[in-house]
Amino acid sequence: MADNAVQFELVSPEKLLLSEDVEMVVVPGVEGDFGVLPGHAPMISTVRPGVIHVFEGGSVKTRIFVAGGFAEVTTERCTILAEEAVALDDIDRAGVEKDLQDANEDIRDAGGDATQLALAEARADTARAKLVSLDNLVYQ
Amino acid sequence: MANLKEFRVRIASVKSTQRITSAMKMVAAAKLRRAQEEAIAARPYSERMERMLGSLAQSAAASGNAPPLLAGSGKDHTHLLVVMTTDRGLCGGFNGSVGRVTRQKILSLRAEGKEVKLLIVGRKGRGILRAEFGNMIIDTLEDTARPAPRFETAVEIAQRVRTMFEAGEIDVCTIIYNKFISALTQEVTPQQLIPFALPEADASDAADTDTEVAANAAYEYEPDEQEILTDLLPRNLSVQVFRSMLESFASEQGARMTAMDSATRNAGDMINRLTIQYNRTRQAAITTELIEIISGAEAL
Repeated sequence: MADNAVQFELVSPEKLLLSEDVEMVVVPGVEGDFGVLPGHAPMISTVRPGVIHVFEGGSVKTRIFVAGGFAEVTTERCTILAEEAVALDDIDRAGVEKDLQDANEDIRDAGGDATQLALAEARADTARAKLVSLDNLVYQ
Repeated sequence: MANLKEFRVRIASVKSTQRITSAMKMVAAAKLRRAQEEAIAARPYSERMERMLGSLAQSAAASGNAPPLLAGSGKDHTHLLVVMTTDRGLCGGFNGSVGRVTRQKILSLRAEGKEVKLLIVGRKGRGILRAEFGNMIIDTLEDTARPAPRFETAVEIAQRVRTMFEAGEIDVCTIIYNKFISALTQEVTPQQLIPFALPEADASDAADTDTEVAANAAYEYEPDEQEILTDLLPRNLSVQVFRSMLESFASEQGARMTAMDSATRNAGDMINRLTIQYNRTRQAAITTELIEIISGAEAL
Protein backbone atom coordinates (compact mmCIF):
# COMPACT_ATOMS: atom_id res chain seq x y z
CA MET A 1 0.00 0.00 0.00
CA ALA A 2 1.27 3.42 -0.91
CA ASP A 3 1.82 5.93 1.90
CA ASN A 4 -0.38 8.56 0.39
CA ALA A 5 -3.38 6.37 -0.36
CA VAL A 6 -6.48 5.20 1.43
CA GLN A 7 -7.29 1.52 1.19
CA PHE A 8 -10.89 1.77 0.10
CA GLU A 9 -13.27 -1.18 0.30
CA LEU A 10 -16.88 -1.25 -0.73
CA VAL A 11 -18.73 -4.34 0.43
CA SER A 12 -22.29 -5.38 -0.27
CA PRO A 13 -23.99 -8.33 1.43
CA GLU A 14 -23.44 -10.40 -1.70
CA LYS A 15 -19.79 -9.66 -2.31
CA LEU A 16 -16.75 -7.43 -2.07
CA LEU A 17 -17.53 -4.89 -4.77
CA LEU A 18 -14.44 -2.78 -4.80
CA SER A 19 -11.09 -2.89 -3.11
CA GLU A 20 -8.46 -0.42 -4.20
CA ASP A 21 -6.06 2.24 -3.05
CA VAL A 22 -7.40 5.72 -3.68
CA GLU A 23 -6.38 9.28 -3.03
CA MET A 24 -9.53 10.37 -1.26
CA VAL A 25 -13.13 9.25 -0.80
CA VAL A 26 -16.06 11.41 0.13
CA VAL A 27 -18.68 9.48 2.03
CA PRO A 28 -22.25 10.67 2.65
CA GLY A 29 -22.48 10.31 6.43
CA VAL A 30 -25.76 10.87 8.26
CA GLU A 31 -24.37 14.05 9.73
CA GLY A 32 -22.99 15.31 6.46
CA ASP A 33 -20.46 14.28 3.86
CA PHE A 34 -16.98 13.58 5.06
CA GLY A 35 -13.80 13.17 3.09
CA VAL A 36 -11.35 10.48 4.00
CA LEU A 37 -7.66 11.10 3.35
CA PRO A 38 -4.78 8.96 4.57
CA GLY A 39 -4.29 9.37 8.32
CA HIS A 40 -7.94 10.08 9.07
CA ALA A 41 -8.98 9.68 12.71
CA PRO A 42 -10.62 6.28 13.34
CA MET A 43 -14.39 6.50 13.27
CA ILE A 44 -17.54 4.54 12.63
CA SER A 45 -20.44 6.30 10.99
CA THR A 46 -23.82 5.52 9.55
CA VAL A 47 -24.13 6.26 5.85
CA ARG A 48 -27.22 7.88 4.42
CA PRO A 49 -28.49 7.04 0.93
CA GLY A 50 -26.33 9.10 -1.39
CA VAL A 51 -23.25 9.11 -3.55
CA ILE A 52 -19.74 8.04 -2.66
CA HIS A 53 -17.13 10.01 -4.59
CA VAL A 54 -13.79 8.46 -5.27
CA PHE A 55 -11.11 11.06 -6.05
CA GLU A 56 -8.06 10.50 -8.14
CA GLY A 57 -5.66 13.26 -9.21
CA GLY A 58 -7.78 15.99 -7.66
CA SER A 59 -11.00 15.18 -9.49
CA VAL A 60 -13.82 12.68 -9.17
CA LYS A 61 -12.98 9.32 -10.70
CA THR A 62 -16.07 7.33 -9.83
CA ARG A 63 -19.43 8.07 -8.36
CA ILE A 64 -21.19 5.21 -6.65
CA PHE A 65 -24.69 5.38 -5.29
CA VAL A 66 -25.26 3.58 -2.00
CA ALA A 67 -28.62 3.00 -0.37
CA GLY A 68 -27.31 3.53 3.13
CA GLY A 69 -24.94 1.45 5.19
CA PHE A 70 -22.03 1.89 7.53
CA ALA A 71 -18.54 3.23 7.20
CA GLU A 72 -15.54 2.26 9.23
CA VAL A 73 -12.54 4.53 8.92
CA THR A 74 -9.10 3.93 10.35
CA THR A 75 -5.86 5.75 9.67
CA GLU A 76 -5.12 3.69 6.60
CA ARG A 77 -8.39 2.23 5.38
CA CYS A 78 -11.99 3.09 4.73
CA THR A 79 -14.51 0.26 4.65
CA ILE A 80 -18.07 0.84 3.53
CA LEU A 81 -20.73 -1.74 4.23
CA ALA A 82 -23.37 -0.78 1.70
CA GLU A 83 -26.85 -2.17 1.47
CA GLU A 84 -27.06 -1.63 -2.22
CA ALA A 85 -24.38 -0.07 -4.36
CA VAL A 86 -24.47 0.85 -8.01
CA ALA A 87 -22.35 3.13 -10.15
CA LEU A 88 -24.22 6.40 -10.64
CA ASP A 89 -23.69 6.22 -14.40
CA ASP A 90 -25.49 2.86 -14.52
CA ILE A 91 -28.68 4.10 -12.95
CA ASP A 92 -31.55 4.20 -15.38
CA ARG A 93 -33.76 7.15 -14.58
CA ALA A 94 -37.00 5.72 -15.93
CA GLY A 95 -36.43 2.50 -13.98
CA VAL A 96 -36.01 4.40 -10.74
CA GLU A 97 -39.15 6.42 -11.34
CA LYS A 98 -41.05 3.22 -11.88
CA ASP A 99 -39.57 1.73 -8.68
CA LEU A 100 -40.73 4.77 -6.77
CA GLN A 101 -44.21 4.45 -8.19
CA ASP A 102 -44.40 0.74 -7.37
CA ALA A 103 -43.15 1.34 -3.85
CA ASN A 104 -45.74 4.06 -3.29
CA GLU A 105 -48.48 1.73 -4.47
CA ASP A 106 -47.21 -0.95 -2.11
CA ILE A 107 -47.34 1.54 0.75
CA ARG A 108 -50.98 2.23 -0.02
CA ASP A 109 -51.77 -1.48 -0.35
CA ALA A 110 -49.85 -2.56 2.74
CA GLY A 111 -52.75 -1.81 5.07
CA GLY A 112 -51.97 -3.01 8.55
CA ASP A 113 -49.04 -5.21 7.61
CA ALA A 114 -46.16 -3.53 9.40
CA THR A 115 -43.50 -5.69 7.75
CA GLN A 116 -44.67 -4.96 4.20
CA LEU A 117 -45.10 -1.29 4.99
CA ALA A 118 -41.58 -0.94 6.34
CA LEU A 119 -40.10 -2.73 3.35
CA ALA A 120 -42.05 -0.62 0.85
CA GLU A 121 -41.11 2.60 2.62
CA ALA A 122 -37.45 1.65 2.53
CA ARG A 123 -37.73 1.03 -1.22
CA ALA A 124 -39.43 4.36 -1.79
CA ASP A 125 -36.74 6.18 0.20
CA THR A 126 -34.00 4.54 -1.83
CA ALA A 127 -35.65 5.44 -5.11
CA ARG A 128 -36.11 9.05 -4.01
CA ALA A 129 -32.49 9.26 -2.92
CA LYS A 130 -31.40 7.93 -6.32
CA LEU A 131 -33.37 10.63 -8.10
CA VAL A 132 -31.93 13.35 -5.89
CA SER A 133 -28.41 12.03 -6.49
CA LEU A 134 -28.98 12.03 -10.25
CA ASP A 135 -30.26 15.60 -10.20
CA ASN A 136 -27.61 17.14 -8.00
CA LEU A 137 -24.15 16.27 -9.15
CA VAL A 138 -21.67 17.70 -6.68
CA TYR A 139 -17.87 17.91 -7.07
CA GLN A 140 -16.19 17.74 -10.40
CA MET B 1 -40.10 -67.03 -21.78
CA ALA B 2 -42.20 -64.43 -19.96
CA ASN B 3 -39.54 -64.53 -17.30
CA LEU B 4 -36.91 -63.18 -19.67
CA LYS B 5 -39.13 -60.32 -20.70
CA GLU B 6 -39.67 -59.33 -17.07
CA PHE B 7 -35.93 -59.04 -16.64
CA ARG B 8 -35.60 -56.89 -19.73
CA VAL B 9 -38.31 -54.53 -18.51
CA ARG B 10 -36.75 -54.20 -15.08
CA ILE B 11 -33.29 -53.52 -16.45
CA ALA B 12 -34.71 -50.84 -18.74
CA SER B 13 -36.54 -49.20 -15.85
CA VAL B 14 -33.49 -49.15 -13.58
CA LYS B 15 -31.48 -47.71 -16.44
CA SER B 16 -33.84 -44.81 -16.89
CA THR B 17 -33.81 -44.15 -13.14
CA GLN B 18 -30.05 -44.09 -13.30
CA ARG B 19 -30.15 -41.58 -16.10
CA ILE B 20 -32.32 -39.28 -13.99
CA THR B 21 -30.20 -39.56 -10.86
CA SER B 22 -26.99 -38.98 -12.75
CA ALA B 23 -28.49 -35.91 -14.43
CA MET B 24 -29.59 -34.60 -11.05
CA LYS B 25 -26.14 -35.19 -9.70
CA MET B 26 -24.61 -33.14 -12.46
CA VAL B 27 -27.09 -30.30 -11.99
CA ALA B 28 -26.40 -30.30 -8.25
CA ALA B 29 -22.66 -30.26 -8.86
CA ALA B 30 -22.97 -27.23 -11.14
CA LYS B 31 -25.21 -25.43 -8.67
CA LEU B 32 -22.90 -26.36 -5.83
CA ARG B 33 -20.00 -24.59 -7.42
CA ARG B 34 -21.95 -21.40 -7.79
CA ALA B 35 -23.47 -21.65 -4.32
CA GLN B 36 -20.06 -22.20 -2.82
CA GLU B 37 -18.65 -19.18 -4.61
CA GLU B 38 -21.54 -17.04 -3.44
CA ALA B 39 -21.17 -18.20 0.14
CA ILE B 40 -17.50 -17.28 0.01
CA ALA B 41 -18.17 -13.95 -1.70
CA ALA B 42 -20.60 -13.01 1.06
CA ARG B 43 -18.06 -13.57 3.80
CA PRO B 44 -16.24 -10.19 3.72
CA TYR B 45 -19.42 -8.33 4.54
CA SER B 46 -20.33 -10.32 7.60
CA GLU B 47 -16.73 -10.40 8.77
CA ARG B 48 -16.42 -6.64 8.60
CA MET B 49 -19.80 -6.18 10.17
CA GLU B 50 -18.76 -8.40 13.04
CA ARG B 51 -15.63 -6.35 13.48
CA MET B 52 -17.66 -3.15 13.72
CA LEU B 53 -20.27 -4.70 15.97
CA GLY B 54 -17.59 -6.08 18.23
CA SER B 55 -16.15 -2.67 19.03
CA LEU B 56 -19.58 -1.08 19.31
CA ALA B 57 -20.92 -3.79 21.56
CA GLN B 58 -17.97 -3.42 23.87
CA SER B 59 -18.45 0.27 24.38
CA ALA B 60 -22.24 -0.09 24.63
CA ALA B 61 -21.88 -2.80 27.25
CA ALA B 62 -19.45 -0.57 29.12
CA SER B 63 -21.92 2.29 29.17
CA GLY B 64 -24.65 -0.13 30.28
CA ASN B 65 -27.45 0.88 27.94
CA ALA B 66 -27.35 -1.64 25.11
CA PRO B 67 -30.46 -1.83 22.92
CA PRO B 68 -32.79 -4.84 23.36
CA LEU B 69 -31.54 -6.64 20.24
CA LEU B 70 -28.13 -6.83 21.87
CA ALA B 71 -29.05 -7.20 25.53
CA GLY B 72 -32.23 -9.23 25.11
CA SER B 73 -35.71 -8.44 26.33
CA GLY B 74 -34.84 -9.23 29.90
CA LYS B 75 -36.59 -12.60 29.94
CA ASP B 76 -36.13 -15.84 28.06
CA HIS B 77 -39.58 -17.32 28.12
CA THR B 78 -40.54 -17.64 24.48
CA HIS B 79 -38.06 -19.04 22.00
CA LEU B 80 -38.38 -18.72 18.27
CA LEU B 81 -36.58 -21.30 16.18
CA VAL B 82 -36.00 -20.44 12.54
CA VAL B 83 -35.49 -23.75 10.78
CA MET B 84 -33.74 -23.72 7.41
CA THR B 85 -34.75 -26.64 5.23
CA THR B 86 -35.15 -27.24 1.52
CA ASP B 87 -38.16 -27.00 -0.74
CA ARG B 88 -37.34 -30.17 -2.60
CA GLY B 89 -36.37 -33.60 -1.49
CA LEU B 90 -33.89 -36.13 -2.85
CA CYS B 91 -31.04 -34.66 -0.91
CA GLY B 92 -30.16 -37.46 1.44
CA GLY B 93 -30.28 -36.88 5.17
CA PHE B 94 -30.18 -33.10 4.81
CA ASN B 95 -33.63 -32.26 6.11
CA GLY B 96 -33.73 -35.23 8.44
CA SER B 97 -30.72 -34.05 10.38
CA VAL B 98 -32.03 -30.50 10.67
CA GLY B 99 -35.32 -31.98 11.87
CA ARG B 100 -33.56 -34.12 14.43
CA VAL B 101 -31.58 -31.27 15.93
CA THR B 102 -34.68 -29.07 15.99
CA ARG B 103 -36.65 -31.78 17.75
CA GLN B 104 -33.99 -32.18 20.43
CA LYS B 105 -33.83 -28.44 20.91
CA ILE B 106 -37.61 -28.15 21.24
CA LEU B 107 -37.79 -31.00 23.72
CA SER B 108 -35.00 -29.62 25.89
CA LEU B 109 -36.55 -26.14 25.84
CA ARG B 110 -39.93 -27.57 26.73
CA ALA B 111 -38.40 -29.52 29.59
CA GLU B 112 -37.18 -26.21 30.96
CA GLY B 113 -40.70 -24.89 30.81
CA LYS B 114 -40.09 -22.52 27.89
CA GLU B 115 -42.54 -21.78 25.16
CA VAL B 116 -41.35 -22.57 21.63
CA LYS B 117 -42.42 -21.14 18.30
CA LEU B 118 -41.27 -22.31 14.92
CA LEU B 119 -40.72 -20.37 11.74
CA ILE B 120 -39.90 -22.81 9.02
CA VAL B 121 -38.12 -22.00 5.82
CA GLY B 122 -38.63 -24.68 3.18
CA ARG B 123 -41.47 -27.03 2.42
CA LYS B 124 -39.69 -30.14 3.61
CA GLY B 125 -39.17 -28.87 7.14
CA ARG B 126 -42.86 -28.42 7.54
CA GLY B 127 -43.53 -32.00 6.54
CA ILE B 128 -41.05 -33.28 9.07
CA LEU B 129 -42.11 -31.16 12.03
CA ARG B 130 -45.83 -30.84 11.43
CA ALA B 131 -46.85 -34.17 12.89
CA GLU B 132 -45.21 -33.63 16.26
CA PHE B 133 -45.06 -29.88 16.67
CA GLY B 134 -47.77 -28.63 14.30
CA ASN B 135 -49.27 -26.26 16.87
CA MET B 136 -45.95 -24.41 17.31
CA ILE B 137 -45.48 -23.56 13.67
CA ILE B 138 -46.21 -19.90 13.05
CA ASP B 139 -45.57 -20.00 9.35
CA THR B 140 -43.73 -21.79 6.59
CA LEU B 141 -41.87 -19.83 3.95
CA GLU B 142 -41.51 -21.51 0.61
CA ASP B 143 -39.39 -20.92 -2.47
CA THR B 144 -36.99 -18.67 -0.61
CA ALA B 145 -34.00 -19.93 -2.55
CA ARG B 146 -35.25 -20.05 -6.07
CA PRO B 147 -33.17 -19.88 -8.18
CA ALA B 148 -30.69 -18.75 -5.52
CA PRO B 149 -30.86 -17.07 -2.11
CA ARG B 150 -31.40 -13.32 -2.38
CA PHE B 151 -30.56 -10.73 0.20
CA GLU B 152 -34.03 -9.19 -0.07
CA THR B 153 -35.56 -12.45 1.12
CA ALA B 154 -33.24 -12.51 4.10
CA VAL B 155 -34.29 -8.95 4.92
CA GLU B 156 -37.93 -9.98 4.84
CA ILE B 157 -37.33 -12.90 7.19
CA ALA B 158 -35.27 -10.76 9.53
CA GLN B 159 -37.90 -8.04 9.48
CA ARG B 160 -40.53 -10.55 10.52
CA VAL B 161 -38.45 -11.85 13.36
CA ARG B 162 -37.77 -8.31 14.51
CA THR B 163 -41.44 -7.33 14.39
CA MET B 164 -42.26 -10.31 16.59
CA PHE B 165 -39.45 -9.45 18.97
CA GLU B 166 -40.47 -5.83 19.24
CA ALA B 167 -44.08 -6.80 19.84
CA GLY B 168 -42.88 -8.90 22.77
CA GLU B 169 -44.03 -12.16 21.21
CA ILE B 170 -40.61 -13.73 21.42
CA ASP B 171 -37.64 -13.27 23.72
CA VAL B 172 -34.93 -15.36 22.13
CA CYS B 173 -34.41 -16.29 18.52
CA THR B 174 -32.20 -19.06 17.22
CA ILE B 175 -31.65 -20.07 13.63
CA ILE B 176 -30.94 -23.71 12.83
CA TYR B 177 -29.22 -24.37 9.53
CA ASN B 178 -26.84 -26.71 7.80
CA LYS B 179 -23.39 -25.24 7.76
CA PHE B 180 -21.43 -26.02 4.64
CA ILE B 181 -18.18 -27.80 5.38
CA SER B 182 -17.54 -29.71 2.20
CA ALA B 183 -19.60 -31.28 -0.55
CA LEU B 184 -19.73 -34.43 1.56
CA THR B 185 -20.24 -32.96 5.00
CA GLN B 186 -22.73 -30.55 6.43
CA GLU B 187 -23.06 -29.68 10.05
CA VAL B 188 -26.33 -28.66 11.60
CA THR B 189 -25.60 -25.46 13.46
CA PRO B 190 -27.90 -23.63 15.84
CA GLN B 191 -26.98 -19.97 16.02
CA GLN B 192 -28.51 -17.47 18.38
CA LEU B 193 -29.70 -14.33 16.62
CA ILE B 194 -31.44 -12.46 19.41
CA PRO B 195 -29.95 -11.42 21.76
CA PHE B 196 -26.93 -11.08 19.55
CA ALA B 197 -24.00 -13.21 20.67
CA LEU B 198 -20.59 -12.15 19.46
CA PRO B 199 -18.81 -15.12 17.94
CA GLU B 200 -15.77 -16.26 19.86
CA ALA B 201 -12.53 -15.23 18.19
CA ASP B 202 -10.45 -18.14 16.97
CA ALA B 203 -7.21 -18.83 18.74
CA SER B 204 -5.35 -18.17 15.51
CA ASP B 205 -6.90 -14.72 15.35
CA ALA B 206 -5.97 -13.90 18.90
CA ALA B 207 -3.00 -11.71 18.08
CA ASP B 208 -5.01 -9.99 15.39
CA THR B 209 -7.89 -9.38 17.77
CA ASP B 210 -5.63 -7.75 20.31
CA THR B 211 -4.53 -5.12 17.87
CA GLU B 212 -8.15 -4.66 16.75
CA VAL B 213 -9.26 -4.04 20.30
CA ALA B 214 -6.49 -1.55 20.84
CA ALA B 215 -7.56 0.29 17.71
CA ASN B 216 -11.22 0.15 18.73
CA ALA B 217 -10.62 2.19 21.82
CA ALA B 218 -9.89 5.21 19.68
CA TYR B 219 -12.97 5.11 17.43
CA GLU B 220 -15.17 8.12 17.12
CA TYR B 221 -18.82 7.47 16.49
CA GLU B 222 -21.05 9.46 14.27
CA PRO B 223 -23.88 10.13 15.18
CA ASP B 224 -23.25 8.15 18.41
CA GLU B 225 -22.88 4.55 19.55
CA GLN B 226 -26.53 4.16 20.46
CA GLU B 227 -27.84 5.31 17.11
CA ILE B 228 -25.37 3.30 15.10
CA LEU B 229 -26.22 0.23 17.12
CA THR B 230 -29.95 0.68 16.55
CA ASP B 231 -29.19 0.73 12.82
CA LEU B 232 -26.51 -1.90 12.78
CA LEU B 233 -28.21 -4.60 14.84
CA PRO B 234 -31.25 -5.12 12.60
CA ARG B 235 -28.85 -4.99 9.68
CA ASN B 236 -26.72 -7.65 11.26
CA LEU B 237 -29.80 -9.79 11.80
CA SER B 238 -30.51 -9.73 8.05
CA VAL B 239 -26.90 -10.51 7.30
CA GLN B 240 -26.87 -13.49 9.62
CA VAL B 241 -30.07 -14.80 8.08
CA PHE B 242 -28.61 -14.29 4.62
CA ARG B 243 -25.44 -16.06 5.55
CA SER B 244 -27.31 -19.06 6.88
CA MET B 245 -29.43 -19.09 3.71
CA LEU B 246 -26.31 -19.23 1.58
CA GLU B 247 -24.70 -21.89 3.75
CA SER B 248 -27.85 -23.92 3.75
CA PHE B 249 -28.21 -23.62 -0.01
CA ALA B 250 -24.65 -24.73 -0.65
CA SER B 251 -25.10 -27.61 1.79
CA GLU B 252 -28.29 -28.63 0.05
CA GLN B 253 -26.54 -28.87 -3.30
CA GLY B 254 -23.68 -30.81 -1.73
CA ALA B 255 -26.05 -33.21 -0.02
CA ARG B 256 -28.03 -33.70 -3.20
CA MET B 257 -24.92 -34.31 -5.22
CA THR B 258 -23.72 -36.96 -2.79
CA ALA B 259 -27.11 -38.59 -2.51
CA MET B 260 -27.57 -38.70 -6.28
CA ASP B 261 -24.05 -39.99 -6.76
CA SER B 262 -24.67 -42.97 -4.53
CA ALA B 263 -28.09 -43.50 -6.10
CA THR B 264 -26.45 -43.63 -9.52
CA ARG B 265 -23.90 -46.11 -8.25
CA ASN B 266 -26.57 -48.27 -6.63
CA ALA B 267 -28.54 -48.29 -9.86
CA GLY B 268 -25.38 -49.41 -11.69
CA ASP B 269 -24.88 -52.28 -9.24
CA MET B 270 -28.47 -53.30 -9.65
CA ILE B 271 -28.20 -53.30 -13.43
CA ASN B 272 -25.14 -55.54 -13.23
CA ARG B 273 -26.90 -57.97 -10.94
CA LEU B 274 -30.01 -58.06 -13.07
CA THR B 275 -27.96 -58.55 -16.24
CA ILE B 276 -26.19 -61.56 -14.76
CA GLN B 277 -29.47 -63.08 -13.70
CA TYR B 278 -30.95 -62.34 -17.10
CA ASN B 279 -28.06 -64.07 -18.88
CA ARG B 280 -28.23 -67.11 -16.61
CA THR B 281 -31.93 -67.49 -17.18
CA ARG B 282 -31.44 -67.08 -20.92
CA GLN B 283 -28.69 -69.73 -21.00
CA ALA B 284 -30.81 -72.08 -18.86
CA ALA B 285 -33.63 -71.68 -21.34
CA ILE B 286 -31.34 -72.43 -24.29
CA THR B 287 -29.96 -75.52 -22.54
CA THR B 288 -33.44 -76.80 -21.86
CA GLU B 289 -34.38 -76.26 -25.49
CA LEU B 290 -31.27 -78.10 -26.69
CA ILE B 291 -31.96 -81.05 -24.40
CA GLU B 292 -35.50 -81.22 -25.71
CA ILE B 293 -34.32 -81.22 -29.35
CA ILE B 294 -31.55 -83.78 -28.75
CA SER B 295 -33.69 -86.17 -26.76
CA GLY B 296 -36.42 -85.78 -29.41
CA ALA B 297 -33.90 -86.71 -32.15
CA GLU B 298 -32.62 -89.70 -30.18
CA ALA B 299 -36.10 -91.05 -29.71
CA LEU B 300 -36.58 -91.30 -33.49
